[in-house]
Amino acid sequence: MSVEAREARQPWILLSPALTAVTFLLFVPLLFIVVYSFWLRTATGADQIGFFLDNWQEALTDRFYRDILLNTLKIAAITTLVCALMGYPAAYFIARSKGNKAILLLLLMLPFWISYIIRTMSWINILGVSGALNTFLLWVGVISEPIQMLYNEQSVILGLVHFLLPFMVLNVFVSLDGIDTNLEDAANSLGATRWQAFKQVTLPLSLPGLAAGGLLCFVLGAGTYITPLVLGGATDAMFANLVFEAIITQLNWPLGSALSLMLLAVLGALVLIYNRYLGMAQLMKGLG
Amino acid sequence: MSAVTLNNIAKRFGTFTAVHKSSLEIAEGAFVTLLGPSGCGKTTNLRMIAGLLDPTEGEILIGGKRVNDVPIHKRNLGLVFQNYALFPHKTVAENVAFGLKYRDVPAGEIPKRVQDALDLVQLPNVGERYPKELSGGQQQRIALARAIVIEPDVLLLDEPLSALDANLREDMRVELKRIQERIGVTTVFVTHDQSEALAMSDQIVVMSEGRVEQVGEPEEVYNTPASEFVANFLGASNIIAADCIERSSDSVALEAPIFGKLAIPVWKAPNLKSEGKAKLVVRAEKLLLAAPDAPAGDAVSVPAKVETVDYQGQAVRYFVRAGDTQLQAINMIDEHPYAAGSDVSLQLRPQDCAALPG
Repeated sequence: MSVEAREARQPWILLSPALTAVTFLLFVPLLFIVVYSFWLRTATGADQIGFFLDNWQEALTDRFYRDILLNTLKIAAITTLVCALMGYPAAYFIARSKGNKAILLLLLMLPFWISYIIRTMSWINILGVSGALNTFLLWVGVISEPIQMLYNEQSVILGLVHFLLPFMVLNVFVSLDGIDTNLEDAANSLGATRWQAFKQVTLPLSLPGLAAGGLLCFVLGAGTYITPLVLGGATDAMFANLVFEAIITQLNWPLGSALSLMLLAVLGALVLIYNRYLGMAQLMKGLG
Repeated sequence: MSAVTLNNIAKRFGTFTAVHKSSLEIAEGAFVTLLGPSGCGKTTNLRMIAGLLDPTEGEILIGGKRVNDVPIHKRNLGLVFQNYALFPHKTVAENVAFGLKYRDVPAGEIPKRVQDALDLVQLPNVGERYPKELSGGQQQRIALARAIVIEPDVLLLDEPLSALDANLREDMRVELKRIQERIGVTTVFVTHDQSEALAMSDQIVVMSEGRVEQVGEPEEVYNTPASEFVANFLGASNIIAADCIERSSDSVALEAPIFGKLAIPVWKAPNLKSEGKAKLVVRAEKLLLAAPDAPAGDAVSVPAKVETVDYQGQAVRYFVRAGDTQLQAINMIDEHPYAAGSDVSLQLRPQDCAALPG
């Protein structure tokens, strides 16, 4: 075999373990889900094999699903916005700190050492009726009976922000860290105040990181089901909870499959839009 | 009135002193170079003038006004960095126009000012391009245009040529000096390259380990180094321990090993105030190799043996041994260099030497 032929094969050899895993653990199961979504669950509880559009019709026309989907996207959007507003200054601080950058990044990663479910449930001990905050407020005398702070939309968003903030901070940090600090100095020397230099130079150059962090937060937030399950009330179900409900509680795999593919399609479309937008951004750089 | 005055300034980072207390006056329109090896404090000085660092002690005056508490964006300085620091998301024209937006320049006049600046750096047609589409040398010209278009009171250049290829560096050196003379802006230039410093400067400030070793015109610093450090940093020198045996009004007599008694013009030994221990400074370019029996004229001639030959094309660097001392000589080549192992005579004219206190 020639050297060229061997070199051409090498990437595929190196990729093969990962490709095998992705094929059998992701694409094949996804294909199953697609097939399931066209089956039909009969009144007896058995699945009727065939090509039925009933699940799709229900998922796409029932207003109940549409409203929860819109609510899910709204919660994901608010969470992303809060993460961006809270995460950007933190990322900026870490990127510009001298010497202890490694320690700050380690602290940022620290929450990942604890299970996401445990971290979510810890809010019950803080915000619950007999939680730390209520106990403190009662003790101080600000309130006379505990306030219900859990099991509403705000507590779901709080839990999601808690979960997703590090993803935002890391993405923004990476893009800020790659910006030459001389650029801000140059802008200052030309007469821009620190805030003007930030707006004109640092912020535009860090937008790709902010966009990447935003996409990650939005997609992970929109796909979550544990946070609304643990911290949400009866009316705070998000779309993934419907999938969970259909498959685990009702054992209706065909409907659950159709619903999960619907969410996948919406979030997939979002990723495509993001790609398109960033592709555009490269071209439009000069206009900003 | 001087354009920039550093009045007893010092800079410490914790217990480390980057710049020891020193003062400096920079004349209006002058091209002043801060020269020294890395870590000598030259960039710290520049950054203090720019307002990117606060001096620990002392005052900085620009145009006679104290600027210690004036933030960088109000100092009206042009700053050029080694890595160009052009804004990658803005076109060349937007980069050059950046500083004008923060000044009272009518919006209608900005394109003309930008074009004039691009003409000045001889890149009139790149305004619509992005920095990364230009070569390193072109980017540095744009960075220069961006810094001078605002008509700064002082132009600060932080090793602006160091990132360029050797050939380009020499072209840019000439170009930079041409532009500086044309607009007449007071310029502070930081470099570790002695040939840049000698070629471009009105005045050179040689620094070492946070201290100013010598301030003077290029010829002065080259011909009469004030210290052993300066003698070695600006070109190669042989420093030989000697004795000053006699001082008269026009010459200083040194008794040195190998060369014997040398009468050095007094202007080349300005710091040698008394008889006794001294150092003889022999520039490698002034130590000429000749055939063993060649006539020496007014030069002192001593026998030596060539040890190493470092061929450089138009010149050659020899390491020769005279007695038990190794000396360095850099000579232009007539035909062929002397081969290693050859017996030669070393010729040295006393008036080409300098002397330092011992």
